[in-house]
Amino acid sequence: MKLKKNIAISESGFIFNPEIGTSFTTNSLGVAILKQLKEKTSLDKIKDSIVKNYDIDPITCEKDLDDFLRIVNQYNLLEEQS
Amino acid sequence: MSKLKYESPIIKQINAGITSKFGELNSLKPVTHIANVSVKSLIEQYGSPLFVINEQTIRNTYQDAYHAFSTRYPNVQFAWSYKTNYIEAVCKVFHQEGSWAEVVSGFEYQKALDNGVPGDKIIFNGPDKSDFDLKIAVENNSPIHIDHFDELYSLITITEQLNKRAKVAIRVNMDTGIKPLWDRFGFNYENGQAWEAINKIIYSNNIDLIGLHTHIGTFILDPNAYRVAASKLADLAINVKNKFKHDIQYIDMGGGFASKNTLKGSYLSGTDLAPSFSDYADNITQALLNAGFSTEDLPLLILETGRALIDDAGTLLGTVLANKRSADGRRSIIMDFGVNTLFTSFWYNHIISPAQECSLYTEDTVMYGPLCMNIDVIRESINLPPLNKGDHVVVHRIGAYNMTQWMQFITLRPKVVMIDTNGKTHIIRESESKEYVSELEITPDYLNNIDL
Ligand SMILES: Cc1ncc(COP(=O)(O)O)c(C=O)c1O
Repeated sequence: MKLKKNIAISESGFIFNPEIGTSFTTNSLGVAILKQLKEKTSLDKIKDSIVKNYDIDPITCEKDLDDFLRIVNQYNLLEEQS
Repeated sequence: MSKLKYESPIIKQINAGITSKFGELNSLKPVTHIANVSVKSLIEQYGSPLFVINEQTIRNTYQDAYHAFSTRYPNVQFAWSYKTNYIEAVCKVFHQEGSWAEVVSGFEYQKALDNGVPGDKIIFNGPDKSDFDLKIAVENNSPIHIDHFDELYSLITITEQLNKRAKVAIRVNMDTGIKPLWDRFGFNYENGQAWEAINKIIYSNNIDLIGLHTHIGTFILDPNAYRVAASKLADLAINVKNKFKHDIQYIDMGGGFASKNTLKGSYLSGTDLAPSFSDYADNITQALLNAGFSTEDLPLLILETGRALIDDAGTLLGTVLANKRSADGRRSIIMDFGVNTLFTSFWYNHIISPAQECSLYTEDTVMYGPLCMNIDVIRESINLPPLNKGDHVVVHRIGAYNMTQWMQFITLRPKVVMIDTNGKTHIIRESESKEYVSELEITPDYLNNIDL
């Protein structure tokens, strides 16, 4: 799973898709996840890093991450899966 | 190294179109305390969901309302509308402040007596008064507000039987420019029915006409409607004086002032729309002062304000049971209170705040209650920050009509606590138990053999 190449991510959580001109806001964990996705980090690694750094149990983390990615996908921000 | 505080990741599209100018900024700011008592500690001590009444807010609101009228008119009396919230402790705060009682059933009447309100300060309204109720009201010298001719005839018979006079007012309905016109209660002004009822009463033997009453509707956003209504009642009172040389002692304007809640379907929020007590008072008192009464004949002005006096003092605390995504991708959240507990969610888009620190990122969310029923929706659409299972929320302005219209349906009704003016909490209504509900049931013996 990978973020589309030209998606811009700002530290403050502003996301811009220049392809179709849509913009989004996300919170700080959203920024962290999207950045890792851009670097092709695997989902397991992303999850591990969240559980390591944040006060959260692995199950809730996985559930929230799945939910977040579903929405990111709905917004057309992910590369087509090959 | 200590870990960072977790908040679910969220993302939402920024829409270029019109954004609502009246967004619910209030719901984004966490509300962690009610009257300096922490929400977390309240829920730990008393459970969730939990109704909380802030006594100081009741007193402040009452005093504001009283001040608005008493600074404009010499003779003002509030009567607490029991149906709006008849929990004893709440009624007694109003009675301590000087309110009489306004009741609409034998049950409410008895509650007012139990609360120590003298009979002559219990106003008996409504279409449902049995002969038994009427007798008690006559015995206690209570003002009886007659709703229909059948009631008037019953009362004539009862006063003859008891050989005791009754004190009455008639309820008048009228066109004040407000829709819908509440013409099912009382006697109509425009078609002469009210005047006919007045004549009948004046010519009857045992019945004294002491007042005129109206209640033009509820959540009336146009204060001018009250000016129209007060003028029409004043006009009747002056006609009575001219024709019969009889003084009407009071004019009762009923309830109906809007609270600051936002009605469903309203584009503007209630805080922007609701007139102030002063707006209502201006209209009513000017109509009475300019009606042509001589100064010594100015009638007592009675007000039966309900929701506007208690909505702000009540909050409901609740807890998140789960987060979900609906099929179309919208976020939904399931709370531990539903429309059974928060009846007014059928009328209002209640403001709901998170009760713990959270981010400013919000998502459009559907808020459901816990009932296994499709109608159990608290808010069809509310912007909320991410909330985790077990997080708490505060529902604002729920003091009116919930603690009387709540349903024992699927779950049991929760506790109600009052925070007193010193910040001390008191349970003023216990949570229901299975035993409390079962107590009323009687199972025929032959059904007690169950062998599965
Ligand atoms: C006769 C009467 N008085 C007072 C009230 C209180 O009304 P509100 O809560 O709108 O002020 C009601 C409510 O229906 C009523 O029927």
